Amino acid sequence: MSVQEQDLIDFVVREARMLDEEKYEDWLALFTADGRYWMPLEPNQVEEKLVTSLLYEDIILLTTRVRRLRGKLTYSQQPKSRGVHILQRPTVDAMDEGANEFKVHTPFQFVEARRDEKEIYAGWMDHTLTEEEGALKIRIKRVELVNCDAAHHNMQLII
Amino acid sequence: MSYLDNPSSVLNLVRDGEVHRDLYTSPEIFDLEIKHLFRNTWVYVGHASQIPDPGDYFTTTVADQPIVMIRHQDNSIKVLYNRCPHRGAELVTNVHGCAGKSLRCPYHAWTFNTDGSLRRVPVQQGYDNTGFENSRAKNGMTPVAAMHDHKDWIFCRLSEEGESFEDFFGGSLSTIDNFVDRSPVGKLEVVGAPLRYVNRCNWKMLIENQTDTFHPMTVHASSAMTAKDIWEEVKDDHEGPTPMVVEAIVPFTMPYDFYDGMGIRVWSNGHGHTGVHKSIHSDYTDEDEYFTAMKEAYGEKQAQEILGEVRHNTVYFPNLMVKGPIQKLRIFKPIAADETLIESWIFRLVGAPDYLLERTAMYNRLINAPTSMVGDDDTEMYERAQKGLRAERNEWVNIQRMTLQDECTQPEEVHSGNSEVQFRNQFHAWLKYMGTVAEPAQMATTGTDG
Repeated sequence: MSVQEQDLIDFVVREARMLDEEKYEDWLALFTADGRYWMPLEPNQVEEKLVTSLLYEDIILLTTRVRRLRGKLTYSQQPKSRGVHILQRPTVDAMDEGANEFKVHTPFQFVEARRDEKEIYAGWMDHTLTEEEGALKIRIKRVELVNCDAAHHNMQLII
Repeated sequence: MSYLDNPSSVLNLVRDGEVHRDLYTSPEIFDLEIKHLFRNTWVYVGHASQIPDPGDYFTTTVADQPIVMIRHQDNSIKVLYNRCPHRGAELVTNVHGCAGKSLRCPYHAWTFNTDGSLRRVPVQQGYDNTGFENSRAKNGMTPVAAMHDHKDWIFCRLSEEGESFEDFFGGSLSTIDNFVDRSPVGKLEVVGAPLRYVNRCNWKMLIENQTDTFHPMTVHASSAMTAKDIWEEVKDDHEGPTPMVVEAIVPFTMPYDFYDGMGIRVWSNGHGHTGVHKSIHSDYTDEDEYFTAMKEAYGEKQAQEILGEVRHNTVYFPNLMVKGPIQKLRIFKPIAADETLIESWIFRLVGAPDYLLERTAMYNRLINAPTSMVGDDDTEMYERAQKGLRAERNEWVNIQRMTLQDECTQPEEVHSGNSEVQFRNQFHAWLKYMGTVAEPAQMATTGTDG
């Protein structure tokens, strides 16, 4: 398949909708086997492993995270949280067919609500995508909050 | 009844085996803690590696006070109130920075040397014949009453009167010493920014949870049991060593008898630690490269002794927790009766391989981030307790488990890991360092700085 810009944009929008609709198993299947979900702690952070991040998770941890959100013993989800993404139109930063690497940049707001409590997060998500067997997959999803270094309260859902 | 009208009445709220809920919920008691407990005790400020060069500074808070830790031109470290002696503006507001040879107030351009002394005032002649030479302002930035540098760990005591650093901490300094010794060159460095997050609960709930060995198997089943199950499903297909994350999270599922055998050590003045004999950090896979470096530095026997200490959580009363084997510390900063700011800092063992730092950073985000699937359930419990304690007709919180006669009477004792003895130890210290509520003169002294 030849990847078009619109395919990349559609992918990012569809991915956010999967999370909002809690189709977590479908969402996990979007990652490559060595895919990573990364939320840096500091603005413009480059280092992934040797400084603290908010999240830097592989497929084992992401699977744990998703299964936990549905677990009967997950007390911090009693009552449950709901979330919604509001995305700006994604822009394609790189289309490298040769390296099979595509980069998409998407400013967003995300609202996480739990009964009477509501938190609003804002920032940029940067997807590094690749094509595997005719489908786009996530190699890295990097989510940088505009105030990533602020003192937040519990953030339970996946942005 | 108002506790502020009758402060000594707060000393009746700690009994054998139970403490009154107002210790967690009353804004008045919180204010009294800030004025007494957090001024009479030695509180952690920061680490010398945060300010390596002369002029480097670090801004923070101790209790409710704005503080700057700065390295003077002679390389000594000063802990000063972050306040211009003129009109009161905070002099520096970046978390870390370098002031060069002097600090300059951005409001009226008074300048100060890096030890806080007054350097220059614009239009100096305006102070002629005003008595300025006898003013407080002439003294420059005010230092805290007492500070101490223990192997690059900087602590301060805000009250003029009080115990020495050594008397306050006693044998508990062995945890910091072991942490430092884990570097082959005996040196630690703070790495990166700390995790910072807010819990809507009293600070004591957090510090008590550090040695609460009865909660992990229940509170963290949702994450740790799930991770364990998933690892069982995939491990046969996994190539290479067990992932660090699996080694870190699975021990949270250990049963009561494991924690019983872990042991708790308590020291005088509210300090104590879990993990005397073993801990959830015991079975991490280490690389030969690290042990070789340690052996070369200390000799085989001493290297084994250093690494054989696998202390889990060490509480430095009132609000610091240190984890040597995972190279991190957490500070629980009191903001309000029902609000606490948590900071979680990580360290590099200088001279040790990078994988140790990688493990430290992993542990920090996996267990203690606001995004952590482990920490989220802890926060849930503290905040449920903060709300539940509003309930009437039982105003007491129970801390009786495995109480022994004559406990907490020696400078150092070892108990079952399932005991709530460290909670009781902390409340003995709470009574001791809140004791000045019964001394009106002391309050007056604290309030006016003489």
